[in-house]
Amino acid sequence: MQALQRPLQAVFNVLEGWLDRPFGPDWNPLYHLGALGFFYFWVVAVSGIYIYIFFDTGISEAYDSVEYMTHEQWYLAGVMRSLHRYASDGMVAMMMLHLVREFSLDRHRGSRWFTWFTGVPILWLVVICGITGYWLVWDTLAQYVATATTEWLDWLPIFGESVARNFLAPYFLDDRFFTLMVFLHIAVPLILLLVLWIHLQRVTKPEIFPARGLAIGSFAMLLGLSLFWPALSQGPADLSRVPAVVGLDWFYLIAYPVVEIWGAGPAWALAFGGSMLIAVLPWLPPLRKRSVAQVDLANCNGCTRCQEDCPFAAITMIPRSDGRPFEREAMVDPELCTSCGICAGACPTSTPFRRASAFVPGIDLTDQPLSDLRQRIHDGTANLTGDRRVLLLGCAHGIGTGKAVADNVAAVQLPCIGALPPAFIDYVLSRDLADGVFLAGCKGGECYSRFGLRWTAQRLTGQRDPHLRARVPRERLGQLQAGARSGKHLATAVRAFQAGLPQRPPEPESPRTREAETV
Amino acid sequence: MKTFFRPAGRYAGQALVYLLFAAFLGYFASAPKYTHFPPDQALIKLSLAHGAKRVGGCRRFTRAELQEMAPNMRRPLDCPRQRLPVVVEFVIDGKTRYSAAVPPTGLSGDGPSRIYQRFAVSPGKHAIVARLRDSDRSEGFDYETTAEIELAAQQSVAIDFRQEMGGFLFRW
Ligand code: HEM
Ligand code: SF4
Ligand code: SF4
Repeated sequence: MQALQRPLQAVFNVLEGWLDRPFGPDWNPLYHLGALGFFYFWVVAVSGIYIYIFFDTGISEAYDSVEYMTHEQWYLAGVMRSLHRYASDGMVAMMMLHLVREFSLDRHRGSRWFTWFTGVPILWLVVICGITGYWLVWDTLAQYVATATTEWLDWLPIFGESVARNFLAPYFLDDRFFTLMVFLHIAVPLILLLVLWIHLQRVTKPEIFPARGLAIGSFAMLLGLSLFWPALSQGPADLSRVPAVVGLDWFYLIAYPVVEIWGAGPAWALAFGGSMLIAVLPWLPPLRKRSVAQVDLANCNGCTRCQEDCPFAAITMIPRSDGRPFEREAMVDPELCTSCGICAGACPTSTPFRRASAFVPGIDLTDQPLSDLRQRIHDGTANLTGDRRVLLLGCAHGIGTGKAVADNVAAVQLPCIGALPPAFIDYVLSRDLADGVFLAGCKGGECYSRFGLRWTAQRLTGQRDPHLRARVPRERLGQLQAGARSGKHLATAVRAFQAGLPQRPPEPESPRTREAETV
Repeated sequence: MKTFFRPAGRYAGQALVYLLFAAFLGYFASAPKYTHFPPDQALIKLSLAHGAKRVGGCRRFTRAELQEMAPNMRRPLDCPRQRLPVVVEFVIDGKTRYSAAVPPTGLSGDGPSRIYQRFAVSPGKHAIVARLRDSDRSEGFDYETTAEIELAAQQSVAIDFRQEMGGFLFRW
């Protein structure tokens, strides 16, 4: 599977790099594909409600009412119609990119399977929305969609009678089919919204609306497109003629050429088989589950910070069970936990200043505990010399810190940069284990574990607890800038940071001896 | 967050990206055109749903058989539900374009036989012969219709079958 993910990831890496420059990480569309999908959905919903007011159900009324909107009331209903169409197409584009990107970044396996799995029915629902929508216009494209869809459906042995017979000739056409289509075109989007809601049940604070700049830009684009290139009908439907040539909407109707070329059966096999394959991707192969976060009640005071910071809704606060005088305690649902460690970075008890024997935070990953991180920091920094000693703390999903990027730099890895309690930075500098600490999160500025970078930034600037103490000299703390996405960027940034470290005033007594006593 | 361009350049860059995406959306929303049927041809659709006669006639249950049935299920006649296949032949300009014995639908074979066929023909006049057998005769047909029709390019006509209306029907 990695053979597939790697090249995709490389492509995204390049595209994201390009878009980072003009957009920056907050507005870079590729970092907010899910939110943009939602945004287009909202545009579709609002414009749809407006054009529904003017839409008439009926064999000739439908086409005429759409023509009225497009030509008579072009300035509002016509624009709304165009917005409705183009935003629908935009939604498909965002959805497909979102799917491929989540897959390429391996964000679909392990505990994240649920979000992926519930994405599959979304694919079907979105396409059904589009097909029923094109049907309603009852132009020649609609006629083609109607005959092609019903002929395709008739291949399945589910309807008692041939549905395609409804569209054989004008004689067979019946208003009741339009009523059904109108109903479906309203009901299916509502079901879609419900499934989207389910899709996000395991995502904390999901981004369902893009940042303002991105929303404004996207809307301006849709509006410009609608004015410049209005959506038009393709002539009234006439069942006594074959619409031999149609202008297909390839976002929604791409299945029809496949049906025509391969035949109905194989096309169904592809549709069902493809969906099935996508649905089981999280288990191809299954993610080897790391041990999940565990609460140590003796150290948990029920402060709720871990719950606040967990990106995957894996922590709930429950009534205290051990009789200690706190109201609540944290509880981890192992099914939801992705072992990102962000909760450990959030817990106020995660302070390395505590003695080794007692260093058990309120919540921690059992197979990569913070006590182990502290040990690895000690081991790694022990070999550094001089006054430009740098400790590079990097995330396992980031650019990678496996190789030392420069001389006199010790690299230590965490499951996520958000798993680092800020007190560790204070610890390293005040115990003089290094002269500078450099943090490297995920590449580009978008976090594999969703909130690692954001929480870290807020903790360092004091906007979020636990925050970095004021006494920590900020000039000795370096960070990978958003937009950096290769080992070369990292190496350059670390070297520049190292070179810029302020010289220490000569100290009377070696601090290393002190440290040996305390640990 | 640090970015690499000055604001004006940034917005120009964004505009360019939006422009490209708008062109992509606008273009593929209705292009390239798709030709799913040869524009210089006409179309004849043969579609019908018709149930042939049952496989056999009814027979009386024997006494012994009646004894075995639950009292509320007893009935005098045993009638097979299964239908015969519908045999259809469709000839355009003397050439047989379709000929098949179409089995009935339904789990116990008691539903109608269904046919849905499309034939592309060149525009102009065509001699059509449609034949259908729905009985247990071994030769010949129970219904036959001969007609001459004229079609223009991209014109479409459907041929339906209604027993109660005497057989094949042209639906324009
Ligand atoms: C129009 C359709 C869709 C919309 C609007 C949508 C929206 C979203 C949103 C808002 C998020 C949360 C992102 C965040 O805040 O970090 C998300 C996450 C996710 N989506 Fe979708 N989604 C759609 C379709 C799909 C499809 C079709 C799939 C795949 C089959 C999919 C797979 C995922 C996965 C795996 C995540 C989890 C990412 C994580 O755990 O970090 N989505 N989606
Ligand atoms: S490691 Fe902690 S923050 Fe991460 S998913 Fe598990 S419980 Fe949530
Ligand atoms: S952050 Fe730590 S102390 Fe606070 S609730 Fe979570 S485990 Fe308990």
